[in-house]
Amino acid sequence: MSTVTDTHDDHHDHGPAKGLMRWVTTTNHKDIGTLYLVFSLIMFMVGGAMAMVIRLELFQPGLQFIDPGFFNQMTTVHALVMIFGAVMPAFVGLANWMLPIMVGGPDMALPRMNNWSFWILPFAFAMLLSTFFMDGGAPAGGWTIYPPLVLQGGNGFPFMIFAIHMMGISSVMGAINVIVTILNMRAPGMTLMKMPLFVWTWFITAYLLIAVMPVLAGAVTMLLTDRFYDTTFFNAAGGGDPVLFQHIFWFFGHPEVYILILPAFGIVSQIIPTFARKPLFGYSSMVYATSSIAFLSFIVWAHHMFTVGMPLQGELFFMYATMLIAVPTGVKVFNWISTMWKGSMTFETPMLFSIGFVIMFTIGGFSGLMLAIAPADFQYHDTYFVVAHFHYVLVTGAIYAIMASVYYWIPKWTGNMYNEKMGQWHFWISTVSVNVLFFPQHFLGLAGMPRRIPDYSVQFAEFNMWSSIGGFVFGLSQVFFCYIVYKTIKGGEKATDQVWEGAEGLEWTLSSPPPYHSFTEAPEIK
Amino acid sequence: MNKLKQLLATGVVATIMSTAAQAEYGLNMPVGVTETSRQVYDLHMLILWVCVAIGVVVFGAMIYSMIYHRKSKGAVASQFHESMTAELVWTVIPFIILVVMAVPATTVLIDMHDSSEADMQIKVTGYQWKWHYEYIGEDIEFFSSLDAASNEARQVGSDIDPATVENYLLDVDKPLVIPVGKKVSFLLTAADVIHAWWVPDFGWKKDAVPGFINEAWVRVDKVGVYRGQCAELCGRDHGFMPIVVEVKSEADYAVWVAEQKGAAAAAKLASIEDLDPRELKQKGKKVYRANCVACHQVKGEGIPGVFPAITGSVIATGDINNHINMIMNGKAGTAMAAYKDQLSDVDLAAVITYQRNSLGNKVGDAVQPAEIAALR
Ligand code: HEM
Ligand SMILES: [Cu+2]
Ligand SMILES: [Cu+2]
Repeated sequence: MSTVTDTHDDHHDHGPAKGLMRWVTTTNHKDIGTLYLVFSLIMFMVGGAMAMVIRLELFQPGLQFIDPGFFNQMTTVHALVMIFGAVMPAFVGLANWMLPIMVGGPDMALPRMNNWSFWILPFAFAMLLSTFFMDGGAPAGGWTIYPPLVLQGGNGFPFMIFAIHMMGISSVMGAINVIVTILNMRAPGMTLMKMPLFVWTWFITAYLLIAVMPVLAGAVTMLLTDRFYDTTFFNAAGGGDPVLFQHIFWFFGHPEVYILILPAFGIVSQIIPTFARKPLFGYSSMVYATSSIAFLSFIVWAHHMFTVGMPLQGELFFMYATMLIAVPTGVKVFNWISTMWKGSMTFETPMLFSIGFVIMFTIGGFSGLMLAIAPADFQYHDTYFVVAHFHYVLVTGAIYAIMASVYYWIPKWTGNMYNEKMGQWHFWISTVSVNVLFFPQHFLGLAGMPRRIPDYSVQFAEFNMWSSIGGFVFGLSQVFFCYIVYKTIKGGEKATDQVWEGAEGLEWTLSSPPPYHSFTEAPEIK
Repeated sequence: MNKLKQLLATGVVATIMSTAAQAEYGLNMPVGVTETSRQVYDLHMLILWVCVAIGVVVFGAMIYSMIYHRKSKGAVASQFHESMTAELVWTVIPFIILVVMAVPATTVLIDMHDSSEADMQIKVTGYQWKWHYEYIGEDIEFFSSLDAASNEARQVGSDIDPATVENYLLDVDKPLVIPVGKKVSFLLTAADVIHAWWVPDFGWKKDAVPGFINEAWVRVDKVGVYRGQCAELCGRDHGFMPIVVEVKSEADYAVWVAEQKGAAAAAKLASIEDLDPRELKQKGKKVYRANCVACHQVKGEGIPGVFPAITGSVIATGDINNHINMIMNGKAGTAMAAYKDQLSDVDLAAVITYQRNSLGNKVGDAVQPAEIAALR
């Protein structure tokens, strides 16, 4: 491995390799970051197309277009693609691009592993998506893959399991790289408590990933042996327990939802101070809040299982623990608002998406708090109320933060400014449509519409139609987003190094776009 | 640009207002018809208003700040970035609010768990895709599945407008019947995959897990018909296994129980009589359409790779004993259920005869109800 020190002289002449092989063999953190981001955008469109099919079928009561079995395949693969293919790789891409720069290092610590962890992904998803063409079609048991239902799947089942294994391996390798980079590649003087919050939140996320991805791997392997090797881990007839799977799955699953949101917290904590022209309020409390959220995320899993039939004491414990998470989450929201307070704000697209994030993520937090109340969850559970909840935290939460970060850093990445007017349009169309899409789903759930159904009773017709219309507009506006990104890569007004007036941090001291190797000489940390 | 933003903002507000107005006539959580459901509703409204109050403060502060602390207004950024007091305040106050919330939540939860001293017990078993009810100690049991009108309308491309079907997707062929004012305890389980039994007006849902028994209870204080649906993804027809509960006065309930017992005796008699194969075939078609089509399809072609075809199948055209065995006992580890618990002797004989002599098969033999009865 070529190390940082011995290549100092020949740095200036070697840039990227030419042609397609540059992307296949690259060990450069920016190239790999770009690969991750492009892959994530493609998956976002694939998953989005499935969402459009779902909303099309739900546009009216009655089954107009697709078979209920195919509908279940759509919801299942939509979720898997969005979670593992769109949101997680986007965050890893951002980590690749920004972490080495933000800590003042030359590259990620383990560049070859970095290449691997990306290149596993296209194969994993090719395998997952290929199940659509197999006998029995794609997995249709929901992204939560509960047995015994999931064991009834067709030939695609083992392929899905193997795809999940590959995604897990990729994530764990990415996480190891993040941790090693943060611990070893910081410039002298960059103490832990000086690291930008995006670095901190990713640091904690990486530990979550390493802790829970193997748990998922274990769970899906047990499914595999239950189906093919006559084990009965989850089969009561053989002394197993189907609910055991749910415990294992959610022991992974709840930390997973924080894997999907902690980096978003980090992004927003970078952007709001920039556009408020004011330092982040409560930096250290942000770090502690993130750590407590990460810790608590391990002891709340069974709030997804309140209706499964737990003892009273268990339900009480998980209810209290879940309610507790609202405290550090609240601290974060209050800190963001205090950062804005008495600032000197401007509202460029990244700031709009960040403010959108804070407001709508908080709405998702409110419904989360409601869901935490176990007796009320007996009503909410497995209805559209839950669907509304997790889309508020994931779409207007995680994905809004990703959009914000793209607008924020794309001038740095490409050297070109995006078109501000288009960015603003994208924000406003998305924000109006996403609320038309998801807000009525709260009402649907409360009124009694279960989730994961392809057809519904006519009393739910009106809100479903609203929701579908919102969905189509939101979908279209993301196509517009692709166009904006494409246009920015192709050209545009040249960006300065500083890009944003109020921006602080090492990334803004580099040229736009930055040199192929980031900090070959350690920068000075104030 | 500013005009546009205003316009958009008005749009959002208008949408929220109009949806909120709708919520008043039936799009909030139902208050329901049990003590439990009312408690749950109160909890829901309490936490909702707490969230709204916090939201008003939080979003209010944000909006104020966005209006007054903007650069275009000439705002100059102050540089404060820490306050121990503030951090303490917004850690402690939310914590106190949560404790206040937790107290009533705990009380309600304890109540809901207390299914002791029930007046009667009903065992509820989820099947793909129908419910089975067994009145413990009463010798009454039956299946309850989506009614025929909804079932016809919900087929892909049926061209039947769901609005013309009464209680579309929320009606069954035979509802569960319980007496008003009695504490009815439910023992929930499932025969194949996990289902969840949910009637919103009762205030809870509970999973039906194969191999395990969950308990829950109701005491309904209003005569009426209450509807719900399966609430745990259970495969292809998860959206089509509704629940209907008819709550009757005690006198009406007693009449109903007597009727059921009479009907059960008549069914027992029926299985002794031999039937004409043509009659069996006709009956079998109905049974097939209600129980088998979801997987094996209307024409018996199945779904390649997942559900085998009946047409030309080795079992349905081979030795009749294997065929009977397959239908009665199912096939472990697959979606093929054991129908001996689900269908009467007559229905079993009918559907087997139908499969052998229809759907493209022409074996020419038949099986009689009495033969099935002998195998039980
Ligand atoms: C204040 C913080 C939060 C609380 C108290 C909370 C609470 C809950 C509860 C109790 C459920 C289970 C509901 C049910 O199935 O009946 C749930 C579901 C869910 N939550 Fe949250 N949540 C919070 C934040 C988040 C965040 C930050 C994310 C992700 C970014 C998230 C993603 C999800 C997802 C994906 C589900 C549904 C999973 C499924 O069943 O498919 N939540 N939440
Ligand atoms: Cu959770
Ligand atoms: Cu179901």
